Amino acid sequence: MIAPEKILESINTEIVNIPSPFESGWDVRRIREDFPVLRQTVNGKPLVYLDNAASAQSPQMVIDRGIKYLQEEHSSVHRGVHYLSQRATNAFEGARERVRRFINAREARECIFVRGCTEGINLVMHGYGRKFVGEGDEILVSAMEHHANIVPWQMLCEEKKAKLRVIPINDQGELLLDEVEALITERTKLVAVMHISNALGTINPVKEIVRLAHKQGVPVLVDGAQGTPHLAVDVQDIDCDFYIISGHKMFAPTGSGIVYGKAELLERMNPFHGGGAMIRSVSFEKTTYAGLPDKFEAGTPAIAAQIGLGAAIDYLNSIDRVQAHKYEQELLAYATERLAAIEGVRIIGTAHEKASVLSFVVDEVHPHDIGTILDQEGIAIRAGHHCAQPLMQRFGVPATARASFAFYNTKEEADKLADAIEKVIEVFS
Amino acid sequence: MSELSELYQQVILDHNKKPRNYHKLESANRVAEGHNPLCGDQLTVYMQLEDEVVKDLSFEGSGCAISKAAASMMTQSVKGKTRVEAETLFKEFHSMVKGELDEEAQPNNLGRLKIFSGVRDYPARVKCASLSWHTMHAALQGEEAASTET
Ligand SMILES: Cc1ncc(COP(=O)(O)O)c(C=O)c1O
Repeated sequence: MIAPEKILESINTEIVNIPSPFESGWDVRRIREDFPVLRQTVNGKPLVYLDNAASAQSPQMVIDRGIKYLQEEHSSVHRGVHYLSQRATNAFEGARERVRRFINAREARECIFVRGCTEGINLVMHGYGRKFVGEGDEILVSAMEHHANIVPWQMLCEEKKAKLRVIPINDQGELLLDEVEALITERTKLVAVMHISNALGTINPVKEIVRLAHKQGVPVLVDGAQGTPHLAVDVQDIDCDFYIISGHKMFAPTGSGIVYGKAELLERMNPFHGGGAMIRSVSFEKTTYAGLPDKFEAGTPAIAAQIGLGAAIDYLNSIDRVQAHKYEQELLAYATERLAAIEGVRIIGTAHEKASVLSFVVDEVHPHDIGTILDQEGIAIRAGHHCAQPLMQRFGVPATARASFAFYNTKEEADKLADAIEKVIEVFS
Repeated sequence: MSELSELYQQVILDHNKKPRNYHKLESANRVAEGHNPLCGDQLTVYMQLEDEVVKDLSFEGSGCAISKAAASMMTQSVKGKTRVEAETLFKEFHSMVKGELDEEAQPNNLGRLKIFSGVRDYPARVKCASLSWHTMHAALQGEEAASTET
C-alpha cells in the first residue's frame, strides 16, 4: 500500500512540474512549492486558484512565522514588563519596520496597523474626514472605486452635508485624467482613488493624480489593496498623503493591514477608536491621546496577523519582484488572448496599463453560472459585482466573472480557464 | 458532490432561455421586489391575488440560470393556488434546496420542482434558487421587498 503522503507527493510533482513557458524566465514551478495550499485537488481536479484579487494565498514562510509566534512568542504587546510581552512587542514592531521599508515611508510611526483596507479607509474618514470636512465641501472619488472607498465617504458626506464627486472613466476602464483637474475645486477636501482596480485591473496614474491634487493643496488617499500585490510601491515617490493596504491580498493572513499617512497629517487628525493603548492619560475630566502610531491603535491589535504581514514582506523581498511582475504581465497577455478568441466572450476592462486581473462576461450566461461550472473543474474565480456596483452600471452589466492571477499561476492554468469557459458555452448553447 | 448535469438539467436550461410568465402584469394588486445583496441579482414578482387565490403571477428581473429558471417554474407552480397552498409550496421548496427535506421520502407537493433538489449540493447557489420564492412570499404577505437574508 502506498502511504497517503506519497500519493500526495506524486500528485504534487505532477501539478507543479510545469516548465515556465514565457520569456521572463520565471521559475513558477519553484515558486509554487512555496504555497502549500496550491497542492490540493478540488472536485477531483488540481486546484486552479484564480481568485487572488479577492484574497491571495500564503507562502510557507508566512505560515511558519505564524506558528512560531503562537508557539513561542504570544503575549500582549506594549504593556507587559515580562519576557514574552517584550518578544511579542519586538516581533510586532519588527513587522511595522518591515512595512516601512517595503513602502519606503519616512518613519515607522507613519504606518498604522489596521485590520485591512476597509478599516483603514474608515480610519481616515473618521480621523481626517470628520475633522476637516464641512458643509458644502467635496470629496472626489473615481467611477471604478470599490465600495470600501465609496461608502465611508458617502456616510461622511451625509453627516457633513458635503458632496461626493466622481472622476469618470472611458470604455476601456481608464480614468479621464483631463477631467481630474477641473473636478478639483477649492471645496475639494480629499481625493480618494484606487491604485489598481480589483474589478478591471486598471493601473491608475496615482502619481499624476497626486501631482494635480497637490497643485491645489488637496491631499490624496490611495486605496492600495490591489497595489502592493502587483507593484513595488514607494509612497514618497507617489507622494500620496495616505496609502491603504490589506495584508491578505499580498499573501499575509486576514486581519492584517496598514494605513500609511504622512506624519504631519496623522498628527492633526482625530483618533479613530477610543480605548486602551491609544491614550497618554485618562481621567473622568479629560483624556489626552498618545502619539503616533498608538493614537490610532486602540485595543489589543491583531498581533499574529500583523507579524504575518511582516513575514509576507520578507517573502516578497526574497523573490525577484521585477521578474514576477513581468511574468504576471505575460500570463495576463496570454489569458487575454485565449479568452478573447472565444466567441461570445467579452473582456471588461481593457486599459493600456493593467495588472493581472481579467474580468469578462459571456453572452447569455450569467457570471454565477460560469463560476459554478468552473468550480466543477477545480477552477476558483470570482463572479459578481466585485463590490463595485457603480462600475458595473457604468459597463451596463449586473456582474462579471473575474480571473485574477498571481505570480504562482501558470500558463496551463490559463489554458484550463479558457477550456472550461468553452465548456460553459457548450452547456448553455 | 453530484455531477454538474444534476444542477444544470435541460429543463432548467430551457426555462433560463425561455422564462415563462416573464413580463409585467397589469392586473397585479401585489408587487414585491426581491434582492440578493450578495450578488446584486434583483427581480420583481407581480401577483394578482383575489379571494385568497393567486389568479395570476409573473416576474421580471436579472439573474443567473438557477434564479431565472426557479422564478419561471415558481410562477407556473403557484398560479391558481390558494394562499395556503402557495405558502406550503414555498416552505417545501425552501426546505428541499436547503437540504432539510428529503423530497423522495417525505410527503410533499413539489412535483416537477424536484429538479431543483441538486441545488442543495451548492450552498452558494441556494439563495439563487429561493429568491423568487421569497419574493412571492413577500407579495403574499403584502410586503414590497424581500431579501434572501430572511
Ligand atoms: C480595491 C479594493 N479596495 C478595498 C478592498 C477592501 O479590502 P478588505 O476587504 O481587505 O478590507 C478590496 C478588497 O476586497 C479591494 O479590492
